[in-house]
Amino acid sequence: MTALVSIDKLRVGFGGAAAVKDVSFDIAPGETVCIVGESGSGKSVTSLSLMRLVEFGGGEILDGRLVLDRESGPLDLARADTETMQQIRGGEIGMIFQEPMTSLNPVFTIERQLTDGLRMHQPLSATQARARALELLKEVRIPEPERRLRQYPHELSGGMRQRVVIAIAMACRPRLLIADEPTTALDVTIQAEILALINRLKRETGMAVMFITHDMAVVAQIADRVVVMYRGDVVETGPVAEIFANPRAEYTRALLAAVPRLGEMKGKAAPEPLRLVGDDRAVTPLTPRAVPEPLLEVRNLTTRFPVKGGVLRRTVAQVHAVEDVSFTLNKGETLSLVGESGCGKSSCGRSILRLVEPVSGSVFLGGDDVLAQTKPALRAMRRRMQMIFQDPFASLNPYMRLQAQITEPMKNFGIDGGIEKAAELLDRVDLPRDYLRRFPHELSGGQRQRIAIARALAVSPSLIVADEAVSALDVSVQAQVLNLMMELQADLDLSFLFISHDMAVVERVSHHVAVMYLGRIVEIGPRAAVFENPQHAYTRALMAAVPIADPATRKLDGDLRFKPIPSPIFPLDHQPAPSVYDTVGQNHRVLKEV
Amino acid sequence: MSGFFTGKGIFGGGIVLLVLSVALFAPLLVPDAWATQMDMRARLAGPSLAHPMGTDQLGRDLMYRMLLGAQSSILIAGTAVLMSLVIGLPLGVISGYFGGWLDNVLMRLVDTLLAFPALLLALTISAVLGPNFTNTIIAIGIAFTPYLARIIRGEALRVAQMPYVEAARAAGTNDLWMIVRHVLPNIMPPIIVQATISLAFAILAEAGLSFLGLGTQPPDASWGLMIQASRDYLDIAPWTALVPGAAVAITVLGLNMFGDVLRDVLDPRVAS
Repeated sequence: MTALVSIDKLRVGFGGAAAVKDVSFDIAPGETVCIVGESGSGKSVTSLSLMRLVEFGGGEILDGRLVLDRESGPLDLARADTETMQQIRGGEIGMIFQEPMTSLNPVFTIERQLTDGLRMHQPLSATQARARALELLKEVRIPEPERRLRQYPHELSGGMRQRVVIAIAMACRPRLLIADEPTTALDVTIQAEILALINRLKRETGMAVMFITHDMAVVAQIADRVVVMYRGDVVETGPVAEIFANPRAEYTRALLAAVPRLGEMKGKAAPEPLRLVGDDRAVTPLTPRAVPEPLLEVRNLTTRFPVKGGVLRRTVAQVHAVEDVSFTLNKGETLSLVGESGCGKSSCGRSILRLVEPVSGSVFLGGDDVLAQTKPALRAMRRRMQMIFQDPFASLNPYMRLQAQITEPMKNFGIDGGIEKAAELLDRVDLPRDYLRRFPHELSGGQRQRIAIARALAVSPSLIVADEAVSALDVSVQAQVLNLMMELQADLDLSFLFISHDMAVVERVSHHVAVMYLGRIVEIGPRAAVFENPQHAYTRALMAAVPIADPATRKLDGDLRFKPIPSPIFPLDHQPAPSVYDTVGQNHRVLKEV
Repeated sequence: MSGFFTGKGIFGGGIVLLVLSVALFAPLLVPDAWATQMDMRARLAGPSLAHPMGTDQLGRDLMYRMLLGAQSSILIAGTAVLMSLVIGLPLGVISGYFGGWLDNVLMRLVDTLLAFPALLLALTISAVLGPNFTNTIIAIGIAFTPYLARIIRGEALRVAQMPYVEAARAAGTNDLWMIVRHVLPNIMPPIIVQATISLAFAILAEAGLSFLGLGTQPPDASWGLMIQASRDYLDIAPWTALVPGAAVAITVLGLNMFGDVLRDVLDPRVAS
């Protein structure tokens, strides 16, 4: 069988630097090829080159051939003229992008966005185009397709928007679909639905899929063949089973070792660091103390945000972000809050630190009620509770040297030590001491997150709230930072409130897990109990949706459809029922359905 | 500080330095009489050896008037913009950073000022206070404050929501330190750009006031006054507008380039 696309010795430059150095691989008709790599590996640049879109971003195809097998014969896209490329883009090659929020034009209806592309490539009347648009929406299984045609992008949920984007890409029956991180911005249940959809469309239409991702678990679920990229080069190519079972390249092995796999902690009593390639230190599990000592006790915490409306900007409704949440975090342990976007897990963490003001409830840290403190007393208490944020690029001030940023919390609390202590903290997070004189932009994402950890440690807190602290990091860097956090926990007897959407990471690091849904904890218990014996329907749905980094366990066959999450916005006079739990095991409690 | 010595930095800085030295030293080197002496036989004369840049409608030498006019133009515009910064910066930062009712009160005040055209506002203030040098500065300064305050508030609002501000708050940082170390450095770039643009408008605002008899008083020269005076002779003696116009344009060009370079030098991400 001849290849549909044959990329041969592709070399792409940006200014002086080569982003893609020497890339060759083929895509056969009807095949899903996953291009996997970390940020800066050149995986997106490769796909953009194939569409010849790379020129619009300041890149230049320096060398190589990009042969597309068209009906009229093979054509080298690297040398195709503008007119031919416009026919091919959206006609023979469709593309889906990462952000369903921004890849649709907000001022046009869904119908207009679908029919524009159709009528550009095919001689259709307005009525015919409309009929075809409707057909496409049905094909991507959007509920109530007739109504969607008249709607604008903002009226649709993220998952539905991504379905529209796929419908647009599929409009002209492309022979190749390029999907560039199409599920990275989506929640895990929606990700599962979209992956299943792409799989089904591929089977039904026989098109080839070029799927770009950084997520090895997604690769395991969807790929036929895998191309592993690293710093602009292909390091390994092979069938998916082969890549996962017998990775030949050192880099692939390291990458696979760094991926936490859901279920691999089965039977283990305590969290333990990941065993990384090239790190031969013994892996010691983090056993909690025999008699647990509570550090943080959260009781009936409730946080609501006003929704303003009307000319007078009155409060017309409330977002019930955190609703009657109670849990206990012990000294030296990690409790994870896990859930999808909008479930209130971040608001819960922020409420505990009083970065947002809760409506009611109590938060006891070592016996003192955080919520009862006056402003100066609260400031003093912040010494005992620190926070690590999600985005290491935004949580450091770009205008301040790292030394000033690390010593700032010490200065705030009048702690001596200054530069010497800052240098020790850098040792602690495995960064060279001379980084103190640097500015944040001179560091990589992982290094910045280490700085954020050092800053949090500067005042020797007993509680650290880590809000999606590793979500923005590449997988190998994520593993290192997770290991560092576990190591610090063992050495310093730290307690982490670990907020995350990633079930596999949560399984790795937690002693206790609380699953959040619509502002409430629906299930809470020891890690093993929640993961191995999930009781609540939502916990089970989450577990079913998480892709597993093992091509032997595929779960995307057929159509997946999860219950959409309802809105947490309620009228002002709404009186929610209290959270009542059934105890199903030792410390394992499940929310009673109301 | 090596960032200043780029082509742009040297050129922009050079212009700023040149304009400042003219404003500072021209009054010491050029006698007033050279700029006010009328030559009725050479009215609206084109450039010649006697008058390298030509003369105005009263036969006064445009080059000398341009050199002497620099002082009042630069001094009035510069001080006025500085004044609007001194008022607008705390106003905008407090509004944007603290938000709430304080923001509402302050910004409604600013909006009220914004409702009047800057020139009309300056005209009223200057008419109330009386036409002299200091009052012209106060008038322009107040008239320009709402524009700066609005922009500064927007920037402060943006920065106040950045994760590094929340991170610093979680680390126990107080409001004063937060504003000084975290907010101010991060809102500087757009302020620098806006301030340089405001300078150009301030030079023209001074012209407007002078035209209405409230700014610089004849026979003293200012660039704005010269541009206004040239209005009736544009078709027969375009140089009467070109000479002061070019002075304003070159000054603004230099300031803009200098502002850009200053912004880059202050930004650690560009400097290294």
